[in-house]
Amino acid sequence: MFSDPDVQQFIFGRLTWEAIPYHDPILLMTFVAVALGGIALLGAVTYFGKWGYLWNEWFTSVDHKKIGIMYGILAIVMLLRGFADAIMMLTQKAIAFGPNEGYLPPHHFDQVFTAHGVIMIFFFAMPLVTAVMNFVMPLQIGARDVAFPFLNNFSFWMTAGGAAITMLSLFVGEFARTGWLAYPPLSGAAYSPGVGVDYYIWGLQVAGVGTTLSGINLIATIVKMRAPGMTMMKLPVFTWTTLCTNILIVAAFPVLTATLTLLTLDRYVGTHFFTNDLGGNPMMYINLIWIWGHPEVYILILPAFGIFSEVVSTFCGKRLFGYASMVYATVVITILSYLVWLHHFFTMGSGASVNAFFGITTMIISIPTGAKIFNWLFTMYRGRIRYEVPMLWTIGFMVTFVIGGMTGVLLAVPPADFVLHNGLFLIAHFHNVIIGGVVFGLMAGINYWWPKAFGYKLDHFWGATSFWFWLTGFYFTFMPMYVLGLMGVTRRLNHFDDPSLQIWFMISTFGACLIALGIATFIIQMVVSFMRRHELRDVTGDPWQGRTLEWSTSSPPPDYNFAFTPVIHDLDAWWDMKRRGHSRPTEGYRPIHMPKNTSTGIFLSGLSTVLAFALIWYIWWLAAASFIGLLVVAIAHTFNYKRDFYIPAEEVMRSENRRNQALAAE
Amino acid sequence: MTAHPGTADTAAKIVPQDVPAHASAGGTEAPVFYETKEHHAESSTMLGFWIYLMSDALIFAVLFATYGVLGRNYAAGPSPADLFDLPLIALNTALLLFSSITYGVAMLEVEKRRMGLTLFWLGVTGLFGLGFLGIELYEFHHLIEQGAGPQRSAFLSAFFALVGTHGLHVTFGIIWLVTLMFQLPKRGFIPENRRRLLCLGMFWHFLDVIWIGVFTFVYLMGVLLA
Repeated sequence: MFSDPDVQQFIFGRLTWEAIPYHDPILLMTFVAVALGGIALLGAVTYFGKWGYLWNEWFTSVDHKKIGIMYGILAIVMLLRGFADAIMMLTQKAIAFGPNEGYLPPHHFDQVFTAHGVIMIFFFAMPLVTAVMNFVMPLQIGARDVAFPFLNNFSFWMTAGGAAITMLSLFVGEFARTGWLAYPPLSGAAYSPGVGVDYYIWGLQVAGVGTTLSGINLIATIVKMRAPGMTMMKLPVFTWTTLCTNILIVAAFPVLTATLTLLTLDRYVGTHFFTNDLGGNPMMYINLIWIWGHPEVYILILPAFGIFSEVVSTFCGKRLFGYASMVYATVVITILSYLVWLHHFFTMGSGASVNAFFGITTMIISIPTGAKIFNWLFTMYRGRIRYEVPMLWTIGFMVTFVIGGMTGVLLAVPPADFVLHNGLFLIAHFHNVIIGGVVFGLMAGINYWWPKAFGYKLDHFWGATSFWFWLTGFYFTFMPMYVLGLMGVTRRLNHFDDPSLQIWFMISTFGACLIALGIATFIIQMVVSFMRRHELRDVTGDPWQGRTLEWSTSSPPPDYNFAFTPVIHDLDAWWDMKRRGHSRPTEGYRPIHMPKNTSTGIFLSGLSTVLAFALIWYIWWLAAASFIGLLVVAIAHTFNYKRDFYIPAEEVMRSENRRNQALAAE
Repeated sequence: MTAHPGTADTAAKIVPQDVPAHASAGGTEAPVFYETKEHHAESSTMLGFWIYLMSDALIFAVLFATYGVLGRNYAAGPSPADLFDLPLIALNTALLLFSSITYGVAMLEVEKRRMGLTLFWLGVTGLFGLGFLGIELYEFHHLIEQGAGPQRSAFLSAFFALVGTHGLHVTFGIIWLVTLMFQLPKRGFIPENRRRLLCLGMFWHFLDVIWIGVFTFVYLMGVLLA
């Protein structure tokens, strides 16, 4: 384009036309599909004139409920991408035997499994967990919003920015070929010179800022903003798990940030933290990344445990069995999650005593987890169980997760781990607990709180269909992997020579197709429910005979959540209010103090995304410009002191009266 | 409506099971279930900022740990005793510690609502901070000149990362300080500004604490235990 290569390099860094993978038919087709879909979506928004609505009511909103829903949408979009990667891998494995090389060459296959792991953990599971915590927790503690509403909006957009950077690698350049934790020295400059690892690093760094800030925000909310009377031992269990998860986030994500920064320095500056020469030590990276990584799996599972606790007690019509033991079990898991990281690399060679210590701490975690399982079972015992969709997911979870937990204890035995390390048994184990625990929990949560968020229930038939496809699909996909793993098959292989293994991979791929149907029916469930929303409408705000405060307000809740702050006397606060005959005040409304919307979050995140792109492609002028832009926007934001407003009492009265009339008509 | 178990109309018939038969007696107490007066949650900013500082402390913890592990890997290059000029670092440390004292003095002036003196002491704090950064940059420049840059060995990589990250924090602290020195005279001692001063104060003193760790662990022990 430019005759002088220096000028071109100055303007575009290492970005050239070569970076666009138009020679790869799979990526080209994907790009065409994404582009057409994107144009259709943008066109539709423009055609219906919804840009102003989206911008004012959603993108710049500081309402925790709307931010929660936006997190949810991001997560479900990213689930589709992450799942596409999964099914590509499995079909490759099912056909690539002997002379058949399959359709994914190693350099592409390696990107696919890296992207699958990164996207499923960071951009599906994390945002969806945050979605539920963000939406539900303030309602459960009777608060009007989170402690730092602007920060909440900013956190969401940083997560979205990180997702955008990761997705961009599909069409501009490449993604890392290192596995989802990018172990050095493979991820160092010497062995991964391209942009793949840089996309990985900057995608996670941008998203990580959002995650950490969101963690701080939710802790402060729970500590400071509980309704009067809600002592710590009257917190709903989901709020307890949210608190513990966010403590883990704040205590773990800075480690990831620092570790990735050191890797960045190795790659960009030529330092020697994790190199093989001049005193570097790759094992330092592996220790550090798992000091983040192990708490991370509890960050994901604890809120799921909270969801199951709420679901079980609601749908069995009973107070949760062993509330205090549930809380202590959660806290113990939170602490123990920091004392087990080394079990991810028993084969490092740290010696028998060290391995024994970490093996034992790992096994100890199964005790509080087992206590939780028994608490749920005892809650169900002699309960009047209603098999609504959230309860189906919960029972599916209890069976599946126990299997995953037991294979985990097996892997915690260091000698066994030496055999199974880096094999498909491990893959089967962590999918067993992540799908059977986190995903099932989130699906239960979505089905449980959907009526609160949108004012109508999700369709039962399609929900149950989705559940059964997911459940059977899970077993068909991952049970063969346990078998293969015990036979010694290692992970991340794109071709096999032994034809006797093929049948297991074919069963596994069949299972993935069932999961695909599970995802499809979940989307159908949402669409069908939207179409039938008038039939499925819930005016009471309490469709399931709920027990906690979120069910005491309307569905969807008003912007201010509660016209009058509830006063708490009992653990199951709303149940207590219903039982002892509360009456909603119908007059004496006051103006409600609320935070104003702001577009600063979306601008900061946009600039961070541009900064990351510029750093990935060595476009230094753009990096400098966007960094200065970041500083300017951030400082300018601090000059804005008018960040709040009052909802007038008349408006509160109008909206509360509408609800009173709707309740009277019931 | 399709009648699968548990739609709203059937669910409504479910009787609470854990309510004892005599529970209605509890209803006579007529407890208060709603706060009808204005309910003000206390400000969460200090707690939130303190949690942020703790998360930042973890970043430094990783850098300290990395220095602890890699800090003796000289790769046949220079060691701390060869490189560090303790009197210069002592001066540097003194500048930073004095800046914390002057920040404290500024906060005393805030309590007395004296704008001029507040700005003066904040300015002195900023100058001490700049002095600290100046010496640090001089030190870095000097090291790189001698061929002891961050690329030389894992020890120097870890040293530059730890000390440099602290320096970056001080830089952002100074930017924040200058911003506040514009906002204070403009808006006066309003609650928002006092809250911001408190947060910056926590940040500034936190950086002092980190520096004491750096000074002891990297410089003093590096030179004395060589």
